[in-house]
Amino acid sequence: MRTEIYYKNPQLDGRAKRLLEQLKQSVSPLINNVKIVDVYITHGIDQLTPELAKKLFSDTVAQKPSIHTPAAFKKELADAEWRYLFEVAYKPGVTNPAVITLKSVIEAEIGKKICDADVILQTAMQYLIESPALEKNIVEKLKRVFFNPVVQVLEFRDGGLDALENHPLPTVYPYKVVQSNAVIEKIPIHQMAEKELKEISEKKFLALSLDEMNAIKNYFADENTARARLEAGIGQDATDAELEMIAQTWSEHCKHKIFQATIEYKDNETGETENIKSVFSTYIKKATKELSEKRPFLKSVFHDNSGVIDFDDENLVCFKVETHNSPSALDPYGGAITGVLGVNRDIMGTGKGARPFFNTNVLCVGEVETHESKIPEGLFHPRTILKGAHQGVKDGGNQSGIPTVAGALLFDESFIGKPLVFCGTGGILPYKIAGEGSWIKHIDAGDFAVMAGGRVGKDGIHGATLSSQAMEEGTPAAVVMGDPMTQKIMLDFLLEARDAGLYKGITDNGAGGISSSLGEMAEYCGGVRIDLHKCPLKYDGLAPWEILVSESQERMSLAVSPDKIEEFLELAKKRGVEATVVGEFTNSGFVDIRFGNERAGLLSLEFLHRGNPEMRLKAEWQRPETADIPLPELDCNVILKTLLNESNIASKEVFVRQYDHEAGAGSVVKPFTGKNSDAPSDGAVIRPVLTSKRGITVTHGICPRYGDRDTYNMAACAVDEAFRAHIAQGGNPEYAAILDNFCWPDPIESESTPDGKYKLAQLVRACKGLYDAAIGYSLPLISGKDSMKNDAKIDGKKVSVRPTLLISLIGIIDNFEKAVTTDFKDEGDFIYIIGNTNGELGGTSLEKLARMNLGKAPMPDINNAFKLYTALSKAISRGLVKSCHDISDGGIAIALAESCLGGDLGADISIDMLPGTDKNTETARILFCETPSRFIATIKPDNIKEFEDIMHGYSVCKIGSTTKDPVLKITRDRNYVVDMPVSKIAEAWKREDF
Amino acid sequence: MIIKTAIITGFGINAEREMEKAFSLAEAAAEKVHIQDFMDSPALIHNYHILALPDGASFGNHLGAGFVFARMLEKSLRAELEKFVASGKLIIGISNGFQILAKLGLLPNLSGSCSPEVALIHNDTGVFENSWLKVSFNKESRCVWTKGLDEMDLPIRHEEGCFIAVSDAVLERIENDKLVAVRYLTRNPNGSVNNIAGITDTTGRVFGLMPHPEVFIFPENHPKWSSEQILEAEGIKIFRNGVNYIKENFS
Repeated sequence: MRTEIYYKNPQLDGRAKRLLEQLKQSVSPLINNVKIVDVYITHGIDQLTPELAKKLFSDTVAQKPSIHTPAAFKKELADAEWRYLFEVAYKPGVTNPAVITLKSVIEAEIGKKICDADVILQTAMQYLIESPALEKNIVEKLKRVFFNPVVQVLEFRDGGLDALENHPLPTVYPYKVVQSNAVIEKIPIHQMAEKELKEISEKKFLALSLDEMNAIKNYFADENTARARLEAGIGQDATDAELEMIAQTWSEHCKHKIFQATIEYKDNETGETENIKSVFSTYIKKATKELSEKRPFLKSVFHDNSGVIDFDDENLVCFKVETHNSPSALDPYGGAITGVLGVNRDIMGTGKGARPFFNTNVLCVGEVETHESKIPEGLFHPRTILKGAHQGVKDGGNQSGIPTVAGALLFDESFIGKPLVFCGTGGILPYKIAGEGSWIKHIDAGDFAVMAGGRVGKDGIHGATLSSQAMEEGTPAAVVMGDPMTQKIMLDFLLEARDAGLYKGITDNGAGGISSSLGEMAEYCGGVRIDLHKCPLKYDGLAPWEILVSESQERMSLAVSPDKIEEFLELAKKRGVEATVVGEFTNSGFVDIRFGNERAGLLSLEFLHRGNPEMRLKAEWQRPETADIPLPELDCNVILKTLLNESNIASKEVFVRQYDHEAGAGSVVKPFTGKNSDAPSDGAVIRPVLTSKRGITVTHGICPRYGDRDTYNMAACAVDEAFRAHIAQGGNPEYAAILDNFCWPDPIESESTPDGKYKLAQLVRACKGLYDAAIGYSLPLISGKDSMKNDAKIDGKKVSVRPTLLISLIGIIDNFEKAVTTDFKDEGDFIYIIGNTNGELGGTSLEKLARMNLGKAPMPDINNAFKLYTALSKAISRGLVKSCHDISDGGIAIALAESCLGGDLGADISIDMLPGTDKNTETARILFCETPSRFIATIKPDNIKEFEDIMHGYSVCKIGSTTKDPVLKITRDRNYVVDMPVSKIAEAWKREDF
Repeated sequence: MIIKTAIITGFGINAEREMEKAFSLAEAAAEKVHIQDFMDSPALIHNYHILALPDGASFGNHLGAGFVFARMLEKSLRAELEKFVASGKLIIGISNGFQILAKLGLLPNLSGSCSPEVALIHNDTGVFENSWLKVSFNKESRCVWTKGLDEMDLPIRHEEGCFIAVSDAVLERIENDKLVAVRYLTRNPNGSVNNIAGITDTTGRVFGLMPHPEVFIFPENHPKWSSEQILEAEGIKIFRNGVNYIKENFS
């Protein structure tokens, strides 16, 4: 039965109005109107009469249902004669959260549970387009707006009512997923020759190298292995489940092989060569280790699902940032929402379980101005990716009640092959749970392995291994779709169970599914038995190995002791969460995989986790040639206006306003600030505990273009950017920790990557920069992630992202009432610049505008900046600083413009005496260079002495004052170099045309 | 006197913590209760003076925001809820909570038979919006929650908040009976008819609104706290009104 729901008065449908505006703008102005019909398809439920369906699916106040006649024939929709009809439904096997709700409401109404196998429940969206006949390519463009062939199916009618009459819409969409046989395949890997090993890896999408396949072969050929397998009755051949589990565990995604590799790093600048045994240990872990005494707030770093630090005596906070790049390239909406919910689960799976309380998000896409013809076949236009990913981030946060408090949108032509979607979440957990430190996972042999949450389907199989490969045409679609509601219900239950002490250990199911989660948890006690046949399935037709590696969402794995299991399962049932015992933790030293009475696998934990061969790689650093060329005389007013409108600098309010950023009532500094709440903040300040004066700051640093000159500078600048934003908001300089997320192009030299040595050298240099900055600022790294194959290969052409390092910071502000925002507050306040202006233009926004190489990249003074920050922080905590804005993209001119906009005030500025510059420094260089470690601050005239006393000995300079007349005026040698009213600043900066 | 307030949770409601905080700052004894516990034992609701339905995305807002939650309540709890209101007790629903009360027919309940008379449909902008704006309270309204209030800055955070009535006659009665408790003042963010942001029922004891007083419970929640003096977190006044009403009528 098809039940179609439409608005009684279609003009009231805000969704349709919005869509129409977008279509007129981005597809064709000839489109006159759009109407939307919601379609519910139900089969196999006798009690669901048409009368009941009408009542259940429509809001009688605003909507009308139609069952026998298609809604498209009804006068409300057909009067103006639509020409085109698009109806979009999900492909079989793709999770459709609306169906889960549909099922709940029907079950509640008929008073009994529905068995999935007996019924069909589907939803679809129908769009009716009123327009004259459109050209073929316009119609194709429309199709691309409505439907993504990776996850959806489309019904299309051209020709209005006649077309629909002649070709009615389907009464049901395809619903059967491809069936697999429930058999265990045996692979005699111990006997295989190299060629066969290679073939197996390719055929099964294992993404394992020959070295790795050989290591697996050797393991299975080993006498001890053979004996143990014989005794267990499993035979010497490897099973498909075992190979899949190894492939997941050893995937670049899970194992970070490049960060663990031994790298021979040749520096052609110094002529020296060094052998670096794991850049992770050598730089990242080492920095934290060296800082651990100085920064005693660290609780759990690197090894858990997120990094954990002390918040106060009673609570800990944790933070994790993940990427979800490949899935978002295939399905921007699904990829992004799954990214958000996935990193939420990392928090839920930290220690004994934390509660997410904020999200952050950084989206990197190609330039939105890119012409359609420049988009390689098979890839989405950056605008489409941006729109989809933004909606995914929005729904992921908003529907979960987790505020999206900070982040960025970045546009760069190098992201055209693969977007970068960074999703971060912070969590809070009580210091102790059931008498034990909450950050400690505690799993004993004999505990039950429990899976809680959604069921297992074919979603996202091979997600971990796929993200470790370049995207090519024909890549199988491993797309998953997150469902915030299912996850929220699970979270409510888990927190209740946690506080009642019903479980001991928890981790999330993300990449690799239970093969990863249970495999990791087994390390705590020394083994696990997995009973695959006990895993609840969404539908029949999954092979055992598919159950093992499925990435079906909204699932957690837990360790529950035998004396609590009954209570745990009972509570789960009461809260509507499916929880199933799927195995038992052991101390056998093995992962023992069963499928009914069959043995599906027996892998030594030691081999699984530490048996992968170490990679040996080569890196060679050759500094790209560059020269600081003198700038010609430029009209800085024009440049300022252009930069304000540049996509990376311009306001992102049109996107950010759609994120709920104050759920939880802890919001102190919001994404936008100032008189009209329209000027940018440097980050977020929020309160995790509403009874405490203590707050946290959340900031980011990201500057991929600086890496064109040297990724060392890029990394150091990213750390500085995150840290100085923390300082600008009033954060405690001695109380912050950072996360690193590397998104790199493939850095391994090969036929397809001839410049691998250079790209790997860029990685080494970024790690060096990260280490030096972390040590210089005493900023411990607590968690991180890398994604190393951000290339796309389309039509034989390779498109790689710029090496990108995102730094995310979580810090403490001792008293949130002392937080400072970026907007100028009152007229007559003195404006100071803090920090030296060194004039670097390499990789800056000005360079991007100039389309030419403008010399060296910016570099913070990491040996001295910390002292400067400490002094500034002292001034802020004494309440002397009325506004503070960090100087980043676009330099001081942009920072001043933004602060003027926030205060709706003007500023009279002279740049004659700017520290670090002299009379020969070109004006444009002074205004637009992006030297880090700088701020613009305002001080009340009464307070300047105290301020200057505190800042004595540091680079601080009074450069002007705020004015009531809302015009930004900057002079040099008494000549106006910038003269721009705030209204013009607003006009240029506030963009809506992304 | 202890004012017992049940903060309803479950099925995708997600603003229970701030609602609990708001009521406790208004000196009520607030307690989170999973809606399943009420559905299993409906009479339990009478242990409380106030029921609060927080914001959220109940059932993912599929089939319309608040719709499925309302269907669930209708099935198992409506009769007890009507008794609860008739006994002089209070209900408040914010955002998703308002949508639930409207779809349940408890607001405005002109007919007395709990049939839906108003709806909160997609914003006329077609998008979710989180921003602050000024609202004004209707001094003539019989709503006990808004008594004595004049104007207030509050945030909105919703995608489906456009208030409509099923007919002109219903709208007229809502206006004539002074059931409109709060209107958008500086701008109408979603296309609501007559700028309606919140209404009460015919008893004045059931109140639903789209703006969020429960996230203006500290001065620093206000977006301009760093540039203007925000002396009081005004959102609490609404909760205090509810608590005071119970004190006056039940002690």
